[in-house]
Amino acid sequence: MSPSHPRAHPRVGPLAARSTTPRSLDVDALIDDPATGIIVCCGSGGVGKTTTSAALALRAAERGRKVVVLTIDPARRLAQSMGIEALDNTPRPVSGVGGAAEHGGSLDAMMLDMKRTFDEVVESQATPEKAKQILENPFYIALSSSFAGTQEYMAMEKLGQLQRDAKQTGTYDLIVVDTPPSRSALDFLDAPERLSSFLDGRFVRLLLAPARGPARLMTAGLGLVTGALSKILGGQLIGDLQTFVAALDTVFGGFRARAQQTYALLQADGTAFLVVAAPESDALREAAYFVERLSEDRMPLAGLVVNRATPAPAGELSADEAMTAAGRLQRAGGGSVTAGLLRLHADRVRMCEREAVLRGRFAAAHPQVPTVVVPALAGDVHDLEGLRKVGNMLAAG
Amino acid sequence: MSTDWPRVRLHVVTGKGGTGKTTVAASLALALASHGKHVLLCEVEGRQGIARIFDVEPLPYEERRLATGLAAGGKSAGTVHALSIDPEAALLEYLAMYYKLGRAGRALDRFGVVEFATTIAPGVRDVLLTGKVFEAVQRNSRNKGARQYDAVVLDAPPTGRISQFLNVSDELAGLAKVGPIKHQADTMMTLFRSPRTAVHLVTLLEEMPVQETADGIEHLREAGLPVGGVVVNLVRPRDLKVKDLAAARKGALDRGAIEADLVTAGVDVDDALLDGLLSEARDHAERRALEDSQRKIVKALGIPAYELPRLAGGVDLGGLYELAQALRDQGLA
Ligand SMILES: Nc1ncnc2c1ncn2[C@@H]1O[C@H](COP(=O)(O)OP(=O)(O)O)[C@@H](O)[C@H]1O
Ligand SMILES: Nc1ncnc2c1ncn2[C@@H]1O[C@H](COP(=O)(O)OP(=O)(O)O)[C@@H](O)[C@H]1O
Ligand SMILES: [Mg+2]
Ligand SMILES: [Mg+2]
Repeated sequence: MSPSHPRAHPRVGPLAARSTTPRSLDVDALIDDPATGIIVCCGSGGVGKTTTSAALALRAAERGRKVVVLTIDPARRLAQSMGIEALDNTPRPVSGVGGAAEHGGSLDAMMLDMKRTFDEVVESQATPEKAKQILENPFYIALSSSFAGTQEYMAMEKLGQLQRDAKQTGTYDLIVVDTPPSRSALDFLDAPERLSSFLDGRFVRLLLAPARGPARLMTAGLGLVTGALSKILGGQLIGDLQTFVAALDTVFGGFRARAQQTYALLQADGTAFLVVAAPESDALREAAYFVERLSEDRMPLAGLVVNRATPAPAGELSADEAMTAAGRLQRAGGGSVTAGLLRLHADRVRMCEREAVLRGRFAAAHPQVPTVVVPALAGDVHDLEGLRKVGNMLAAG
Repeated sequence: MSTDWPRVRLHVVTGKGGTGKTTVAASLALALASHGKHVLLCEVEGRQGIARIFDVEPLPYEERRLATGLAAGGKSAGTVHALSIDPEAALLEYLAMYYKLGRAGRALDRFGVVEFATTIAPGVRDVLLTGKVFEAVQRNSRNKGARQYDAVVLDAPPTGRISQFLNVSDELAGLAKVGPIKHQADTMMTLFRSPRTAVHLVTLLEEMPVQETADGIEHLREAGLPVGGVVVNLVRPRDLKVKDLAAARKGALDRGAIEADLVTAGVDVDDALLDGLLSEARDHAERRALEDSQRKIVKALGIPAYELPRLAGGVDLGGLYELAQALRDQGLA
């Protein structure tokens, strides 16, 4: 984890309250541009990353691109409708993609299997014997299934694989990547760093230090350390640990190099990041951190998608006027339907006003970020038809 | 008003990410801290969500007074303290408290073992986090002068991880089959599996979170962990009657009558406004239909459910007390 994102405080400052109209994001120009090879959708949990990536991928395919979308955690019904509910870690063609034949477009989709991806990397880097040893070690099992950042790291690994395959075989000309459901959007960028810094950690290096040999290892300090560890955790720990660490050493040089390659790929010209956010202060704050981070790391930001916005109410009737009128009707003892409609209208106007203020603050701090607002559909998005609607709204912004 | 959970000392709040765990945990803490009760609100994922929601400085690894509880029935309110549990600090505290490992503790830290153990040793991180929660619930003489609480509320990891998180003895099984940590974990499990603990699940009336709640309940039961209530968050206003909803969906509301009502109420009516109101009604009806179908599924889970409204102005301190009151009225606290 990199050291410096002070997430606890909202951004304030002279510009915070002034509202700015941001540039609008032209999604069709982005997906139609043959130079766009990779689109990464990131954002904090639950904002609509999976939905946005699938909707973009479908739209791009129906406009003639040869697309593969790497999803992480689609809702069950969405996965079923895309035909990817089985986790087999390879892209499958999605059926029902319209107009694909005449434009030469196509859509494949897959769902990431994190552990399997990790296992495959180990298998590709080590002899079968060594791989088996690693795969069975309890530390490896913890690392590959629950280490914070493994899913992000494996998403990157899979992206790297897809990109290499696409380059070799020409099957795809656009890869759309969904990112894992971590709370923070930054986790995706921090994952490789986190894993390497763990592997470069003092303790791991100490256990690895081959030149010193076991006798030298048992210096007073380390003796104390291992003594304390076995006292607390039980003796077999140290054994498992040393096996694991030794095995890692042979495999992880290759790992680190691959992570660096993928990171470089993310900085390349054909890549575009889309930051997805809900119109809420937490999600927009995360989006702001992410936007800043992308520019620090010289990664190409295409724009911000504010998803699931409250649809704009029609007419000029303000929330207060609507509530007053609803009150009058109720006191007069009639018009309960109309009073209900007026209260709903007031609720919607208030939500919209609040969201507009939040968006305005973001735009004031980051005026250079093109933005599109996608209204919330009344129901879930769980089939291609729903994805098309979201795609239309993305393009309409 | 009486609570549905009178014996519970440890309230664990889980749910799919973004459904409102932190909001619900904070409101529940306020609701429990009425009638002079003292409550500790803990978080374990280093997100500083509690500090953010109460708009205070980031919380340290130290119990800090955060707010006054919800005033109820004219009795004096209690207090809510907060603690952000950090695994590395918890490990050093644990070593000092149980092993008097002053020197070795520092050596562990110097050799990067603390970082190592809290990051990768399977289950150790969770054991440290839950261990501190356990300590706060069952304060003993080792922690001299520490404050005693009537209840502890945990803003917990999400549903997908909660059973594993609380099931500490299983988590350690692959690693420490014997030894003091194993023993410690077993003692903790006794509390977590007892009726003094309840795991509440926050959900929205949407397909994915409801499905995750159902799966979560099943996993909790398999692990022998006590399932509490379901907190349904962000419930839309219910301003239309069922028959009107049906009409609204079909676009069959009486336009003429609505227009007449609006005129009576002194509203400047035009077609745009009427069309707008009718289309808002249709969206709302569609959303309500989705909510109602999911509400049926929630009901069929067969555990107590509590509903919290979506606050149109967002959640601020006043909003938290409003939600706390709603939880109290419905008996979660
Ligand atoms: N514009 C939208 N309108 C209505 N529902 C949406 C919209 N975008 C996303 N959703 C719904 O929100 C939920 C979460 O979306 P998802 O894409 O899975 O989020 P994430 O991948 O960021 O966690 C899903 O049930 C999805 O159907
Ligand atoms: N009842 C509510 N009314 C309005 N907004 C809410 C409500 N509950 C939660 N929110 C908002 O939803 C977002 C997610 O809530 P949070 O409690 O942080 O979720 P979690 O801890 O599960 O990630 C926050 O922006 C919060 O203010
Ligand atoms: Mg997702
Ligand atoms: Mg939270």
